[in-house]
Amino acid sequence: MSAPLLEVAGLTRRFGGLVAVDDISLSLQPGEIMGLLGPNGSGKSTVLNLISGALRPDHGSVRLNGHEIGAAAPHRIARLGVARTFQLVRVLGSLNCRENVLAGLAFGRDALWGHPAQQRADELLARVGLAGRANTATAELTYIDQKRLELARALALDPRLLLLDEWLAGLNPTELQDGIALVRSLRGEGLTILLVEHVMDAIRSLCDRCVVMNAGRKIAEGAPDAVLAEAEVIRAYLGDDDA
Amino acid sequence: MKPAFLLAAATVAVAVLATVPLYANGYQLSLAITLMNYTVLATAWTLFSGPTRYVSLATVAFFGIGAYTAAVLAERMAWPWILLIALAVGLAVALIVGLSTLRLSGVYFVIFTFGLAELIRQIVTWYEVNVTRTLGRYIFVGIDPADIYWQLLGLAVLVFAAGIVIRRSRLGLALRVIGDDETVARHVGINTTIAKVALFALSAAFMTLCGAVMAPRWTYIDPAIAFSPVVSFQVLIMALLGGVHRLYGPLFGVVPLVLLFEFLLARFPNHFSILVGLAFMLIVYAIPQGIVGFVERMVRRKGEAA
Repeated sequence: MSAPLLEVAGLTRRFGGLVAVDDISLSLQPGEIMGLLGPNGSGKSTVLNLISGALRPDHGSVRLNGHEIGAAAPHRIARLGVARTFQLVRVLGSLNCRENVLAGLAFGRDALWGHPAQQRADELLARVGLAGRANTATAELTYIDQKRLELARALALDPRLLLLDEWLAGLNPTELQDGIALVRSLRGEGLTILLVEHVMDAIRSLCDRCVVMNAGRKIAEGAPDAVLAEAEVIRAYLGDDDA
Repeated sequence: MKPAFLLAAATVAVAVLATVPLYANGYQLSLAITLMNYTVLATAWTLFSGPTRYVSLATVAFFGIGAYTAAVLAERMAWPWILLIALAVGLAVALIVGLSTLRLSGVYFVIFTFGLAELIRQIVTWYEVNVTRTLGRYIFVGIDPADIYWQLLGLAVLVFAAGIVIRRSRLGLALRVIGDDETVARHVGINTTIAKVALFALSAAFMTLCGAVMAPRWTYIDPAIAFSPVVSFQVLIMALLGGVHRLYGPLFGVVPLVLLFEFLLARFPNHFSILVGLAFMLIVYAIPQGIVGFVERMVRRKGEAA
């Protein structure tokens, strides 16, 4: 096995008396898609926030390509090649679509500016299915198009690791199929993806492996079908009666 | 419009403005100085607060630092040195304040900046009373109103040039991203602290220089004059009335409001503050996007209807 791209060990974060993330360890191989599952409030988004630097861990380490990034500021982590989307979609309202993507291009790993950046931004918009919308105001975009735009901005960072926080939530069935195809095509380009998701179809068709969390702890890890059949996972989602 | 045409138009405008002291009478020149003073202050304010949406009431803190530095150093050295030293003091204060407070956001930042101006006023007062033992200073330098006007015009050109350069730079985009969503800004790799402090300091530098240039206008200053909070509020109203999403926006607030305040101060000196307050409320309620934003929306609506 090659060296992992992302290695999280013993990650812990408390909010007051609540242990939101409790001793989580996981690792991703380059090119892998891993699903991070669990009931609401189980700490999935907090794990993404810890990896992307939005929060600092109380204990544990986060290593990207062997380099510790656990205590780094979010802009440094972004420049090292970790891009993310947000659970509640966050597009930049006063900028048009192209400028939203430029925001991702201008400060990243191999920052681009000027004409090459404009060209790359338009390519990225086309890549996520927003071709020809460069000058559109973000307020005029539908929900899925806002999500596409957010993804284009994340891809603009030319990331090694992409963190998707419920990127497929809230889409209708057709949009969901488009979304799944889009994420799958990203793996084809060699991207490593950690996604928090509730949509089981997406998890089954996209993820190589899953980690399931409950109340801040890891309760299962493995291939999606195997993990979703485990008694403790069913108990976490549905309660004791169904286990 | 072509950039070359705009540049030519701007050059002509500056050249015409530069001739004002040659034919204006005393009152007209004094009014022109006030207009130019607020143009510099409101545009400098907009450099930082426009894109980032951090509402600062520290304008007069820096303006006062400039004015006081000039008052203290007047007659001791050549004028360019005084301006340089004022600039250095203003920059130093802006960097210290910026680094320690730009983590604050929203109303906390507003209140802090207001408090900062008051704090500096109190410190200067304390120092003058307890150390130099005289409150208030006379400024005698050989600088006449026309010189002041030309210096302010030069500053105004610099503020606009800086604004245009920043607007086209990565830093300009970074500030707009910060204004929209600071969390996103950090996660696309923007060092938000450096971007904010850099612009806050640049904006403060212009305000400080403006204060230093204006100091000889007064002949006599004390902390209550140099650090009057009314200046910060007036700059804020002017910028908001004009519109802060364009660099030239504040101009459209400065001209009408300077004239209005001039009229109010002459006709209703005792009710000036109340009337300014009313004007402030009217502006915020009626045209929150400023005059420029309002006109742009009208033009867009007309374009859609046609």
